[in-house]
Amino acid sequence: MSDTPKTTAALGAVRSAFAPWNDPAAKPLVVFDGVTKRYGAETAVNDLSLAVYEREFFALLGPSGCGKSTLMRMLAGFETPTAGRVVLAGEDLAGVPPHLRPTNMMFQSYALFPHMTVEKNIAFGLQMEGVAKAEIHDRVAAALKLVKLEALASRKPHQLSGGQRQRVALARALIKRPKVLLLDEPLGALDRKLREETQFELVALQERLGLTFIIVTHDQDEAMSMATRIAVMDKGRIAQVGTPPVIYEAPATRYVADFIGDINIVEGKVAAIDGRRVTISTALGDMALPEAADSIAIGQEVAVAWRPEKTRIVRADEPVAGGQTMIEGAVHDIGYLGDWTTYVVEVAGQRLRAAVANASRLVERPISWDERVRLCVAPESLLLLTR
Amino acid sequence: MSERQARRTIILVPYLWLAVFFLVPFAIVAKMSLSQVATAIPPYVPVFGLDDGPAGWLAKARELSLDNYGVIASDRLYIDAFLTSIRIAATGTLILLVIGYPMAHAMARAPENWRPLLVMAVILPFWTSFLIRVYAWIGILKPEGLLNELLLGLGLIGAPLQIANTETAVLIGVVYSYLPFMVLPLYASLERMDRTLLEAAADLGCPPWKAFWRITVPLSLPGIVAGCFLCFIPITGEVVIPDLLGGSDTLMIGKTLWTEFFSNRDWPVASAVAVLLLVLLVGPIVLYQRQQARQLEAAR
Repeated sequence: MSDTPKTTAALGAVRSAFAPWNDPAAKPLVVFDGVTKRYGAETAVNDLSLAVYEREFFALLGPSGCGKSTLMRMLAGFETPTAGRVVLAGEDLAGVPPHLRPTNMMFQSYALFPHMTVEKNIAFGLQMEGVAKAEIHDRVAAALKLVKLEALASRKPHQLSGGQRQRVALARALIKRPKVLLLDEPLGALDRKLREETQFELVALQERLGLTFIIVTHDQDEAMSMATRIAVMDKGRIAQVGTPPVIYEAPATRYVADFIGDINIVEGKVAAIDGRRVTISTALGDMALPEAADSIAIGQEVAVAWRPEKTRIVRADEPVAGGQTMIEGAVHDIGYLGDWTTYVVEVAGQRLRAAVANASRLVERPISWDERVRLCVAPESLLLLTR
Repeated sequence: MSERQARRTIILVPYLWLAVFFLVPFAIVAKMSLSQVATAIPPYVPVFGLDDGPAGWLAKARELSLDNYGVIASDRLYIDAFLTSIRIAATGTLILLVIGYPMAHAMARAPENWRPLLVMAVILPFWTSFLIRVYAWIGILKPEGLLNELLLGLGLIGAPLQIANTETAVLIGVVYSYLPFMVLPLYASLERMDRTLLEAAADLGCPPWKAFWRITVPLSLPGIVAGCFLCFIPITGEVVIPDLLGGSDTLMIGKTLWTEFFSNRDWPVASAVAVLLLVLLVGPIVLYQRQQARQLEAAR
């Protein structure tokens, strides 16, 4: 992906302890090589290539219908690629039926066997492997302990709560110690509080067991908080692959920028390139930002983007320091979220957002509706989007 | 009328229905089974009259006896008829299960927009009279019938097979007639099954044939039980099929009952047979209802 090398490298350093994707000698565990999946005239996955490394917590992120689930189901063996190869640990998986693949999946619906107890559900995979009874007993006991369900071993799935079912499904998928654990929207059915708790539990578990997790989700918070790397998908293709900070701070395209978090996007044209400084002329005035100039030309149509929380908002009559982009407009709306306040400012027919952390208790709002304000963005907070 | 009274009245209606159309006729039949055959109208004694008075009723009640049950117990004919009925019902139900399960399974796995059509095809025979369809089998199975002509024409047999008027013909008729009663409950339970369960089984290392026995069959057990009871119970008392296809060799209890009532005009013995048949079937019916209730509870 063609994000600026400088930013990517700097952001990569945030999580440099584990980054096999930057190591040319590292061999990926899972490889999708030019994979295409068509259903009749519809293309679910379009000539997609991707590599996932051992011990990664890899997230496939995208809106519904972007092909992320299809991609995962091709790895599990429930779908056959129309073209391309799926390789796991060096072995081409073509023609290997699901029951012989060293992957295990946690289904979105959990798919617990309703006629079996919790214990039997968890033991099922080991029984199929022909593991000795005594060993099954020990490993099931350990798995039950791992997910804190010892007390519910003899319950049937319909006697469990949603969170408990989710843990049974996790234990059942983990017990065979799969090379890759696939999680299809694993937290989708849980309420928010439980979901956040479970996110941390899953990461802790993955690190402790040293397994490779691939998770499918449409929830960006989930992907951001858990994943080592995220692949943002759009219409059967990958829009960008990167660590959460790279995806957030250096999105490669307008689509990724828009999909992950809130962002202000202003269309414009390259007006001047002065060494490392690029000036973009937009409907809201000229904006200058530091950018490697080799990938752009004067007159090229580009977009400038920045995050609401990197915007400072002041009253129009307040003095501010120069050297930054300043946009004047009127407050259209104020959204008070408790921890943050979002200001929607109307400038030349376009609405821009500024988010301000409520660092102290709000007694009197410094800025009110319809007031003239100025939005200030530092040059290094501005992003140049060419695609 | 208070709400409670209204509710009671509503509940009363079906009970009243059952009392008038089931309990009272059963009481009449049960009483008849304790009477003696006589050349009279009606053809049994005693007949209780309203003007007999308490003393007359008591005297007549003394005439009632269990003699007819003794007759049935001592005559091999009745015992054999009972056993034949149970044997044919059991064999027929087993064949129905073996044929019906793959059918229901295929229907449940068919593309979703085909399924209503397939269900329709299973129900379609009901549009023609049951009697006519059984008669049609005579035309197929008789020595100069369609089946024999086909087999002779193909050179597969040298002489016509004797199928009509045998137990085989009864089994063919039973399996043909009751197939929808087996297929529909099986289909209902198989269609409802979540197919990701089979994916989960495969994902955990279970080959498809094993998943069938470990997942599909246990989960369709309610359908299997319902289908088997829905077939076994009415086949045991079946009259028309053994009468038309079984000839004189196949003596089933339903036919025996018919003969006692209408040919021999021995209403008391016929009633005793009817009571015994009911007692015989109450067991499976109670089991079936219990199982249905359990299933309802589990679904909640």
